[in-house]
Amino acid sequence: MKNKDIYNIPILIFLPIILFFVSFLLGRYPISPVEVIMTILSPIFPELAISPTVTSIVFDIRLPRIIAAMVIGASLSIAGAAFQGIFKNPLVSPDLLGVSNGAGFGASIAILASFSNIIIQILAFIFGIISVFTTYSISKSYKGGGILVLVLSGVAISAFFYALISGAKFIADPYDKLPQITYWLMGSLSSVTLDKLIMILIPIAIGLIILLSLRWRLNIIAMGDEEAQSLGVNPEKFRLLIIIASTLVTSAAVSISGIINWIGLVVPHIARILVGPDNKILIPASLSLGASFLLLIDNISRTIISIEIPLGILTAIIGVPIFLYLLRKGYSQWS
Amino acid sequence: MKNLIDVKEISFSYKKNENVFEDISFNIKEGEILCILGPNGTGKTSLIKCLNGLNDLSKGEILLNGKNIKSLSYSKISKIIGYIPQGHTPTFPFTALEVVLMGRSPYINLTDSPSEKDLKIASDALKTLGIYNLKDKNYTTLSGGERQLVFLSRIIAQETKILLLDEPTSHLDFGNQIKILEIIEKLAKSGLSIIMSSHFPDHAFLSSTKVAIMQNKSFIDYGSPYDVITEKNLKKAYNINVKLLELEDNRKICIPQKQII
Repeated sequence: MKNKDIYNIPILIFLPIILFFVSFLLGRYPISPVEVIMTILSPIFPELAISPTVTSIVFDIRLPRIIAAMVIGASLSIAGAAFQGIFKNPLVSPDLLGVSNGAGFGASIAILASFSNIIIQILAFIFGIISVFTTYSISKSYKGGGILVLVLSGVAISAFFYALISGAKFIADPYDKLPQITYWLMGSLSSVTLDKLIMILIPIAIGLIILLSLRWRLNIIAMGDEEAQSLGVNPEKFRLLIIIASTLVTSAAVSISGIINWIGLVVPHIARILVGPDNKILIPASLSLGASFLLLIDNISRTIISIEIPLGILTAIIGVPIFLYLLRKGYSQWS
Repeated sequence: MKNLIDVKEISFSYKKNENVFEDISFNIKEGEILCILGPNGTGKTSLIKCLNGLNDLSKGEILLNGKNIKSLSYSKISKIIGYIPQGHTPTFPFTALEVVLMGRSPYINLTDSPSEKDLKIASDALKTLGIYNLKDKNYTTLSGGERQLVFLSRIIAQETKILLLDEPTSHLDFGNQIKILEIIEKLAKSGLSIIMSSHFPDHAFLSSTKVAIMQNKSFIDYGSPYDVITEKNLKKAYNINVKLLELEDNRKICIPQKQII
């Protein structure tokens, strides 16, 4: 990190904290900042509670959703930054190996079978992992298959699961199941509950701990496999470890939110502009920015018009211009 | 003196029954510089990668400090041998200091980041080569010569006994080539052993204590520069006529002759 970048660190620390508190104020039912603070403190000081309604809105509705947005945004961004490192390519996103379409297929069949929300989430998670496992196994079955084979297998498996999703949509009841599948595929946090959130926290915590603790080594793998090996890092094993951790995190995130594109691609870039490419700082910076970015998007999604706008639409509408701007600005740096 | 590297009749092949090179043997002691010469595509890079454990041998064995390289983990090898590949495709614009810090990787636990001590070693390595002023520059934007100095600083920070340099002077201008060679010589004087490949026989005279000429799958000659770099051997290796001239200070230089077409 260069000296001038140090001034960006306070932004990265305070941005998510401020957004966290501001997000409680937003929504159909108006709550003032004072009421929010009093309610948040009420479990410790019961006399501060405003009313059961306010307590319920703050703790049962807004809090799980805010935390979900932050956790999912942080997860997708860190996984994106880690993938960009291990694939030595700044244009890679965390669904490179097929996790999103795999999860989408899992969710689709669960919806078709009229399973409960929890089962939809579990099947999405499992199929997200299955698709990445398939991608990895196929690439390993080619002798001497390097990164390129892995990426191409990812493209193939992703396309395969996308076809299966299309098949599920084709046979789905157009008045009931089809909208549900479509809505899931566009991403939303409207159905988040505390139970659902707690379920994903375990895989996400495991994945994030692995990614955070290995983060400095990502620099070395980004220099190329031969250099990594000559610096004492086993590139195959290390890459597998990062893929496992990233897949745990992404699959869990997507299982609750549906498919949210662009965050995992755009946020690491913004982070890189703020703190440079050193993963020791870039990974925590991606965590902070990703949490803030998705929370902001979700706030827009639930407040701007009377119905909720799917997150996938907003992340693309906001993320694509940012991405194109960065591409223009950063192109000289990458080449 | 003990051999740091003992290479015993090694062969290597990418495909079965099609050896890139065969039955190569040599050894390196402390402070020696071995320069491997030879035409393009003769397997110099493949050989260098074998010495580093990047390529697996099909025959023979390599002993590092008396231990078979096959029995050593990447992490152990990386504390004995440092390596600078010939080409490097940069992806992310790390600063020079960040690149040099990567040399500390063999000594840093998997889940740790560099410590203050590592930072000091990396800074000292940059100072040793006189490029501490570049520490905050993106290594992607440095000139070829400066970038090679950054990689040399990284290998110094790696604190290995042996340096493997694959054509360390390629793509460098006339002045930088000599500058890098002088640094290599200085490193050897400080006790490091160096194995490098080169396209310039002159460079072997300038800096090396040993030379090997590689051609047609094996070493056609191996020994001291003055014994090995002869008009006859150069003709054999590169298939052109070369005249050797001796300068006042006993240094020799190679003059390629114009070929009659």
